Amino acid sequence: MALIIVQDLSKRFNDLTAVDGVTFNVEEGEIFGFLGPNGAGKSTTIKILCTLLKPTSGQVTLAGFDVARQPDAVRRAIGLVFQDNSLDDRLTAEENLRFHGLLYGLSRATIKERIDEVLAMVDLAARRRDIVRTFSGGMRRRLEIARGFLHHPRVLFLDEPTVGLDPQTRSAIWQHIHRLRREKNITIFMTTHYMDEAENCDRIAIIDHGRIQALDTPDNLKRRLGGDVVTIITVDDTRLQEEIAARYDVKVIKDEEGLRLQVEDGAAFIPRVAADFRGQINSIHLRRPTLDDVFLSLTGRAIRDDRVSSTELMRLNRRHGRRRQH
Amino acid sequence: MKPALRAIYTIWYREFIRFIRERSRIIGMIGQPLLYLLIVGQGISAAMGFRGVPAAVPVNYVQFMYPGILAMSVLFTSIFSGVSIIWDREFGFLKEVLVAPVPRWAIALGKALGGSTVALIQASIMLLLAPLIKVSLTPVTILKLLGILFLISLGLTFLGIAIASRMSTMEGFQMFMNFLVMPMFFLSGAMFPMTNLPGWMNFLMKLDPLTYGVDALRRLIYAGTDPRALQYLVHYSLGFDVAVVIALALLLGFLGSLSFSRQE
Repeated sequence: MALIIVQDLSKRFNDLTAVDGVTFNVEEGEIFGFLGPNGAGKSTTIKILCTLLKPTSGQVTLAGFDVARQPDAVRRAIGLVFQDNSLDDRLTAEENLRFHGLLYGLSRATIKERIDEVLAMVDLAARRRDIVRTFSGGMRRRLEIARGFLHHPRVLFLDEPTVGLDPQTRSAIWQHIHRLRREKNITIFMTTHYMDEAENCDRIAIIDHGRIQALDTPDNLKRRLGGDVVTIITVDDTRLQEEIAARYDVKVIKDEEGLRLQVEDGAAFIPRVAADFRGQINSIHLRRPTLDDVFLSLTGRAIRDDRVSSTELMRLNRRHGRRRQH
Repeated sequence: MKPALRAIYTIWYREFIRFIRERSRIIGMIGQPLLYLLIVGQGISAAMGFRGVPAAVPVNYVQFMYPGILAMSVLFTSIFSGVSIIWDREFGFLKEVLVAPVPRWAIALGKALGGSTVALIQASIMLLLAPLIKVSLTPVTILKLLGILFLISLGLTFLGIAIASRMSTMEGFQMFMNFLVMPMFFLSGAMFPMTNLPGWMNFLMKLDPLTYGVDALRRLIYAGTDPRALQYLVHYSLGFDVAVVIALALLLGFLGSLSFSRQE
């Protein structure tokens, strides 16, 4: 059963079209990933789904409710974990959760019970009476996930849930997310620009320039690409890019790593190219396609972590000035 | 519980807990009015004396200033409580509240009630100090004073909310303090009576809504004083003062809720 139905959704800000005619469904109980570079329309889409922004056109139904016309019913059905901190750091972990429960209309007895439940789930039971200000980034994020789940929503939205966290913490957060899905059959809608994290999703929508470029399971997306990825480092990339492309009739992409191409059978291709271009090749690498390659082939651009981290830095720096932007 | 009620309660409760937990804020908010009352008040009264009041009437400058200082402490505390929405936005908590299934006007009202509660706690401490400057207050008077102070505080917290809802960063805050809050205080008649002043200043003082709040407080505190002295202390009837204060609370309540609901 489709829990979220998005039909021809668009959102324009003045001249800028952030989301451009997007259509997709999210099934109950799946982990659905929205993958794309910053500014691709991920956050705008998630904000519309969460009733924080009104769509310019199109329709979104979540758990049977229209997000534009029944925002309160939608809000009760969803939990949210934002990209930036949204805890009150002067309050204790328990108080943050209690206020959430009160705002969502849970009874005192239920709140008490659920606080125990969610704190145990994210391994924070021992810190329940501590002020959030003393928590590390990973602990805060875990507490936010616990809070997002406190009112037992049908969908949990996670907007870049692991941005700025170290690898161990990221993997711990993922364990908690999988546990939530396994034990509570909760539907998870998440955005990310970490390719390795997208592998955790059941299905991925790759979004760029406000449009969905592909939507499938991670395996199918990679399979669709076909064959192997060969990276060749040569003495003269510019000249050999054309020569290799012409000789084997393949598309050759040149980037800072060298020349990259996709072939059916990489193991057989390597000796051929090594013999044909003897003396002009420094090294050859062979690997299976990753989601990065999928993204590259769909959009002609890479979203690699290094490039992303510089954008993240920019975002951190600009954060003061652009709080009220969307 | 209805969504609106539980939002009001939750937000009010949060304001209260945060206040209790910040000792420095409590000390600061008691320290500042004391500073005005004891140092500024004593200094001015020593330098100038209190002209105009017949010698037979026992009201000195510090006593005259006392209701003004009550209003001042409520003014600053309330405005700051309202404006603290900017911090809530900066540190993210506001988002959590804005996506909750509760009406936004109720969030604004909860915030305003929280700010007023904090302001009234502070005012109560100031009222306890009355014997120190030889002002005697009956319990009934204290209740009436707290009622007026509550209305003033509610309106001013809403004013802070309205301004914070339109202000995205802290940068505008200093300007707002210098061009709105400080003039509001100085022109309210808290520090000097509305007599023997240039016409333009008298006009500005009449425009300042806090003038009527201060006037009401002063009238309540010195109700039993010789009428000859009272005419130097107060300028309007209690009914008029209270009407202005209530109208202000309603107007700012409406504006504050509206601006808060419309943000992002």
